[in-house]
Amino acid sequence: MPEPIVDRAANRAASQIPDRTWSGYLRPDGRKGIRNHLLVVYTVECASFVAQEIARDEPDTHVIGFPGCYDNDYAIRLMLALATHPNIGGVLAVGLGCEYTQPHRIAESVRASGRPAESFFIQEHGGTRLSVAFGKEQLASLRARAQENSIKVPMAWADLTIGAECGGSDGTSGLAGNPVVGRAFDRLVDLGGSAIFEEVVEMIGLRDLMVARAASPQAAEQLGATYDKMLNYCKAVRQYSVAPGNFAGGLTTIEEKSMGAFAKGGSRPIQGVIRVSERPPHTGLWLLDSVPDEHFMQFGYTNPNDTEGIMDLIAAGAQIVLFITGRGSVIGSAVAPLIKVTGNQRTFRNMTEDMDFNAGRVLSGELTMDEAAAELMDLIADVASGRESKPERLGHREFFLMYKHQDVPSLEAGCRA
Amino acid sequence: MRSGRFRQIVGISGDEPTMTVQSAASAFQVHASDNVATLLGEAAAGAPLQIVGPAPNSNLIAREKIEFGHKVAFTAIPEGAPVVKFGVVIGIAMRPIEPGEWVHLHNCRSQLDERSGHFDVHTGEPGDNAYA
Repeated sequence: MPEPIVDRAANRAASQIPDRTWSGYLRPDGRKGIRNHLLVVYTVECASFVAQEIARDEPDTHVIGFPGCYDNDYAIRLMLALATHPNIGGVLAVGLGCEYTQPHRIAESVRASGRPAESFFIQEHGGTRLSVAFGKEQLASLRARAQENSIKVPMAWADLTIGAECGGSDGTSGLAGNPVVGRAFDRLVDLGGSAIFEEVVEMIGLRDLMVARAASPQAAEQLGATYDKMLNYCKAVRQYSVAPGNFAGGLTTIEEKSMGAFAKGGSRPIQGVIRVSERPPHTGLWLLDSVPDEHFMQFGYTNPNDTEGIMDLIAAGAQIVLFITGRGSVIGSAVAPLIKVTGNQRTFRNMTEDMDFNAGRVLSGELTMDEAAAELMDLIADVASGRESKPERLGHREFFLMYKHQDVPSLEAGCRA
Repeated sequence: MRSGRFRQIVGISGDEPTMTVQSAASAFQVHASDNVATLLGEAAAGAPLQIVGPAPNSNLIAREKIEFGHKVAFTAIPEGAPVVKFGVVIGIAMRPIEPGEWVHLHNCRSQLDERSGHFDVHTGEPGDNAYA
C-alpha cells in the first residue's frame, strides 16, 4: 500500500497549535454553534424601530433586517442564511404589513431548519408600543424553546469555520496584521477546519497569483472568472476599494492595498469560490465572491463598508470572523463574534478597549509569525469557548444589508411567492 | 525574523518599539524585486535609513520626513517606470523618484483607479468632489 502523502512541514507547524476542545451547540443540520443567540429579523425599514426595541435589554438577542420595501432575492437568501446560522437558536420575524418580503415565510423556513420561529405584522398588533410588548412575549417563549432544544456537544478545530476581513488598512496591514491571520488560516486548514476570505475587489492585479493557488483545475477556472468579473465591475462603476484613511496610513494605490489584503488568505490551496449565502461544500480554504453579477439594473456598489463583507462571511457559516485593521475600527457584528487584529502597535495602544490582538509585535521582533499565529489561534479557541471578544463585551452587533444581484444557482429564494 | 537579530536590525531598545524616532530608521523591503520599502518607524529629513529584508542596505538617507507605514524609494525610479512592492507593480512613477524619497500619492499613481492623483498627499482627502 502506498504511504499517504503527508505535508511534514505543515504537520510540524500545526503541532505548535494547542489541542483545544470546548463545548458548543449542536443544530439539527449537524452544524455546531459557539453561541445560542436569538435573532429578530425586520422585513422593511418601517419595522426596524420596533425590531430594535424588542431586542433592547435582551443581551442574547441580535437584530438583522432589510430596509427595502421591494424584495430582493440576494437579501432574502442572506437573511435566511443568518437566521439558520449555527450560532442562532430561535428567530422572530417582524414586518410592517405592506412590504414585499414576508415575515411568515422567513419563520417557516427557519422552523424547517429545526429551530423555533415566530412572525407577526405590526399593523395587526396595534402600533409601536403594543408590537414591542407582543414581540418581547414572543422572544421569551422562543428563548425557552431554544434552551429546551439546545444540545451541548464537544467542539474542536475541525468544527470551526472562520472568516477574515480587513478594513481601515494601513502600511502595517500587509506586513503584519494580514500575514499573521493568513498564518493562522494555514494552521486551521491543516487541523481540518474551514477558512473563508473575501474582498475580491482588493485583489486588483493579482489574477496570476490567485489562479496559481487553486486546488483543482475547476477552482482555477472559478478564480480566473471571479477576477475577470471583478475587474469589469470595478471599471464599470469606477470604484476601487481604497479610502482616504488607507492613503493617510501609507498605502498609495489599490494595487498596493490588494497585495496586503490577499495575504490574509495564507498559503494553502484555494478550494474554490462561493457566492454570498452559499456555504463551503467541504473543509479547507475558500474565497467568497460578493461582487454583483451583471444585471439589467446594475445596482449595488461592490464594497459599501466593512460590515457588509463581515455579514457575507457569517452568512457562509463562519462562527467567528477575524477583522484586521491597521488604522483601528470600532465595529462588531451580529450573529457571530468579531475578533479585531491590528498590525499597528500605536493603534493597539490608542484603541486598546476595542482591539483584541496585537500583531504589531511581529514588526518589532517580539514575536515570530508562527508564535503570533499560535497565540491568535489560542484566542480564537477562548472566544469559541464562550469568552466575549472585545466588540461583544462593548455590546457591538452591527449589521448591514442592501440591494444587490447575484446569480446563485445552488440556492433558491426562500420566501418569494 | 527572530527577535534578537530583528531587534538589532530595527534598532529597537527597551519597551517602546517601532514608534519612536530613531536616529537611523528602518524600512522593510518585502521582495527582492521591490524598489520601495515600508518605514518601521518615522524618519526625519536627512536621517540615515537601514533597509532590512532580502537586500539589506545602509547607504540611504531620507530626503524628507517619512512617516511610519509609508514608503521610501531605495533605487532611482524614472518617470513612467513601475513602483514595485511585494514583488508586484503597485503603481507608476508620475515623475522621476530619487533614492531616499517618500513614495506616495504625489509621485505614484494607480494603473486603474481614475481618482488616483486627486488625493491630498498628507490626509488622503479627495479633492475631486464639489461640495456645493
